[in-house]
Amino acid sequence: MATQNQESFSGIKLLLAWAFVGIPLIWGVVQTAINAAKLFQ
Amino acid sequence: MSFFDRSRTVAGPGFSRWMVPPAALCVHLCIGQAYAFSVFNLPMTKLLGISHSTAPANWHANLNWVTPLPEDWKLTELGWIFSLAIFFLGVSSAVFGRWVEEGGPRRAMFTAALCWAGGFFVSAIGVYLHTLWLLYLGYGVIGGIALGIGYISPVSTLIKWFPDRPGMATGMAIMGFGGGAFIASPLSVWLMRKFTTTTHVGVAETFIVLGVVYFIWMIVGSIIVRVPAPGWKPAGYTPPVEATKLITTSDVYVYDSFKTPQFWLIWWILCLNVTAGIGVLGQASAMSQEMFPGRITPVAAAGFVGLMSLFNMGGRFFWASTSDYIGRKNTYFVFMVLGFILYCIVPHTGSIGSVEGFVVCFLIIISMYGGGFSTVPAYLRDMFGTRYVGAIHGLLLTAWSAAGIFGPVLVNYIREYNVTHGVPKAQAYNVTMYIMAGLLVIGFICNLLVRAVNARYHMKSEEDSTLATAARAGAAMAARFTGKPAGA
Repeated sequence: MATQNQESFSGIKLLLAWAFVGIPLIWGVVQTAINAAKLFQ
Repeated sequence: MSFFDRSRTVAGPGFSRWMVPPAALCVHLCIGQAYAFSVFNLPMTKLLGISHSTAPANWHANLNWVTPLPEDWKLTELGWIFSLAIFFLGVSSAVFGRWVEEGGPRRAMFTAALCWAGGFFVSAIGVYLHTLWLLYLGYGVIGGIALGIGYISPVSTLIKWFPDRPGMATGMAIMGFGGGAFIASPLSVWLMRKFTTTTHVGVAETFIVLGVVYFIWMIVGSIIVRVPAPGWKPAGYTPPVEATKLITTSDVYVYDSFKTPQFWLIWWILCLNVTAGIGVLGQASAMSQEMFPGRITPVAAAGFVGLMSLFNMGGRFFWASTSDYIGRKNTYFVFMVLGFILYCIVPHTGSIGSVEGFVVCFLIIISMYGGGFSTVPAYLRDMFGTRYVGAIHGLLLTAWSAAGIFGPVLVNYIREYNVTHGVPKAQAYNVTMYIMAGLLVIGFICNLLVRAVNARYHMKSEEDSTLATAARAGAAMAARFTGKPAGA
């Protein structure tokens, strides 16, 4: 049970860590993609 | 024992190695802002002019409505800030590489955070006082040192965590460096708008906010980061007992590495690959408009530059990951051969008026430019082992500094020479393209000459044990707390 709790805690930490860097990066990529779309207009 | 000591960062049981890429990205996404520094250039040429301007109240919609004063900074003067930062990136990664490797990633990432934020704060004072040398010192020197330390530290840590996929691991981090501009560019523009008044450009305030945000971000990375316990290996991974033709199982000491021909061959490979890419990256907007006058508008050119940035970032992950399957040497062969073909095709796309062909050629070229950066740490690891790979990588980054000068100079001066000698603007870049193709032929030859490092440069076991004392102390500490090594 303790191991299971530890594993799910690790999973949450992992998710948070990736969200911390992933969300701003995706936002930036979307902004750039919108800008890049002007090439095809 | 300090919180920043290497021994305090040894991973405990149950630690997932997939926590390390976000830690690396925390740093690389921040220092990648350097690629977006140019968004400040134009506003900084109007700092004094705007306070005396008669431009419309909505002048920030078009900065060209503002007339600069004679005392305002020139674009050429401001261009030195970025050049200095890239120069100090190379210098600091070379000088501090061994310190980064032996002191551990947390200390290095914390130092990088201090310098990066400090650089922004000094630059903000420089803007406020309108003193250019403070920007050279702040962003150029202090920020440049942060770039060097921050760049190599997470990369070498990731290589140690992913011995089974070193290319993919370094590709993830260095992709972040390419992606940092995507966040910084719109964020900086948004912040400047927030702080702008009718008589004031909000550059100084933007620098302060960016300094604070980046400091917090990088500190989070330095807290998350861990190093594997000595002897740790991923579950199911069996390290090769004997060295293969181009992958060593031994280590080379950092200062012995540059006595080997392999170091200098890889130095030239990186330098030539970057020179070929960096020149066109800086001139992509002007080049596309001049090669296709009337067909590629300034707005479309800006879109083209954005698309190139996406391929620059994507190429870092794609090519480095691919190198895990086809090998580092073969990956660079692809860069050199494919790059040569594409550079030779570009002038023809101009002469037949194929915008699509031009765009496709440059997108592939720029993906390989990014790939060159991200594949090189794994190439070094294959040649020199993992122990000092970060420090050796630091020394190698001087190639980037050199390419940062060669590339733009080649493109700009040859274009200028051609235009002044009567060559139509649409064809002014043709010679440059052939020169870039020629550089890649030299790069191909250098890559061809790369062989395994001579065994006389390998660290002896006695030497190993002396230098590994600190690492063993860390291992003992980890074992006391954990009783077993960290998991995958």
